[in-house]
Amino acid sequence: MLQKRVIVCLDVKEGRTTKGVKFQNNIDLGDPVEMAEAYYHQGVDELVFYDITASAEKRGIMIDVVRRVAQRIFIPFCVGGGLATAEDIKAVILAGAEKVSLNSQAVKNPDLIRQGAKMYGSQSIVLGMDALADPTMPSGYRVVINGGRTPTELDALAWARQAHKLGAGEIVLNSIDADGTKAGYELPLTKLISEALPIPVVASGGAGTPEHLRAVLQEGSADAALVASMVHYGTYTLKQIKDYLAGRGVSVRR
Amino acid sequence: MTVGILDYDAGNLTSVENALRHLGHHWVLSGNPEDLKNTDSLIFPGDGHAATSMDNLKARGLDRLLADFAAQGRPILGICVGSQIVLDSSEEGEATCLGLVPGLCRRLPGGQGLKVPHMGWNSVHFETEHPLMAGVPQDSSFYFVHSYYTEPAASVTVLGTTDHGIRFVVGFLKDTLATWQFHPEKSGPAGLKLVENFLRWRP
Repeated sequence: MLQKRVIVCLDVKEGRTTKGVKFQNNIDLGDPVEMAEAYYHQGVDELVFYDITASAEKRGIMIDVVRRVAQRIFIPFCVGGGLATAEDIKAVILAGAEKVSLNSQAVKNPDLIRQGAKMYGSQSIVLGMDALADPTMPSGYRVVINGGRTPTELDALAWARQAHKLGAGEIVLNSIDADGTKAGYELPLTKLISEALPIPVVASGGAGTPEHLRAVLQEGSADAALVASMVHYGTYTLKQIKDYLAGRGVSVRR
Repeated sequence: MTVGILDYDAGNLTSVENALRHLGHHWVLSGNPEDLKNTDSLIFPGDGHAATSMDNLKARGLDRLLADFAAQGRPILGICVGSQIVLDSSEEGEATCLGLVPGLCRRLPGGQGLKVPHMGWNSVHFETEHPLMAGVPQDSSFYFVHSYYTEPAASVTVLGTTDHGIRFVVGFLKDTLATWQFHPEKSGPAGLKLVENFLRWRP
C-alpha cells in the first residue's frame, strides 16, 4: 500500500539553511546541499526547500543550490519561495526539482497554478498554504500570506478547492498557529482539508515528537508530514521517527 | 556503451541525466532518431498524457526508432508513461499506442480514501528473478506518480507488482524491452540499482 511520507523542510536564505520560529530570529544551520545529502542517506522520502532570500537580486543563488542538490540526491524534492512567474517555475524545474510550491504568489495570481500545471503537469505543482484559525471564516481558517504576516480574504478550504481545480496536484498545509511551537500539528485543519480534497495533503507546522507525526498521519488523515527543527537539531533521527511510526501501524518506507 | 534518452516533450529529463551521470555512464539525449539510432540501448521516459505522448513520438519518427530497437533485440527501458505506451492501447485519451507488447493500460479505480494519482512511495513485489533486479531487496519501495496502470497480456513476463486498492503490474519484460511504472531515477539507492542493472544488461 501507498506509504506515508516523512518530508524534511529546509529554509534557505542566500544559499544557507536557516531556521526561525514564526519566520523570525533565523539561525544558520549549514549548507543545504550537504544537509540534503545527509537526509537522503538517512532515508528521507522527500525534501522541501523554501527560498526565504529577501532580495530579488540574490535569488539566482537558489537555482545553483537546486542544481547541485539534484546531482546528489535521487528522490523527489520541491522548491518554493518567491516563484512569481512561469519563467521562475521553469528555471527551478529545469535545474532538477520535481515540484514547485506556490504560496503568496498564487494568491496574488491564481493563474500561475494553471500555467505551471499546463507546462509540467499537476504532479509538479504544489500549493503552499499558510492558514490561521479564524472563527469568522466558513471553514474556521483564513489564508495568510507573506510568511504569515498578511491576512487575506480567502477561506482556507475554498482556496484549497480552487487551487485543485486550477491544477495543483498536492497541498503543503502550514498552520501558522502551530508553526515553531513543537506542540503538534493542527489536526482539525489537516483533517478538514485532506478529507475534502482528492489530492495529497502534506501537514506542516508544529512537529516536535514522532507521536505528533503519527497523530497527523492517522487522525489528521495527512498523506505526508513535514519536519524541520526536530531533525535539524538532532533531537530525532529519521530512523527513530520511522521506527516509531512503523511500530504504531503507519506504513512508511524503511 | 552509450544509452540514448528519448526527448519528446515528455516532461523534465534532468533527473534521468543526473542518475546516469552519478552512475558514470555516457548518454545521448535527443528527439532526433538520427542521433539515437547507433546507441546500444534506449531509455524511454515519459510524463503526461498517453495520447499526446503518442502524437509527439510519431511527429519525430521515434515510434519507428523504438520498433527498430525492439526488432533488433537492443535493450529498451520504458519508464512511467514510457511503460504504458509500449502496449497496444490506453484508456487515457482512447490512445492507440505502440503495440510493441500485447496488453493495455487502464485507469486506476481509486475510491475508499485512495487518492488518484497514485503518488508517493509504494513497495514493489518482484514476481520473478532476473538480472534487472539483481541486488535489490524484495519489496523495496519506489516512487510513483501515475493515474493509469499497465495490464500486459498473459504471455508477457511480469517483473513486479504493487497495491493501491487493486494489485497491478508495475514492471514487465518482453524480449529486450523492460519497463518500470515508477521512477527508478527518483527512487533512492534501490532505484539507482535498477538503472545500473539495465545499463549492464546484455540480453
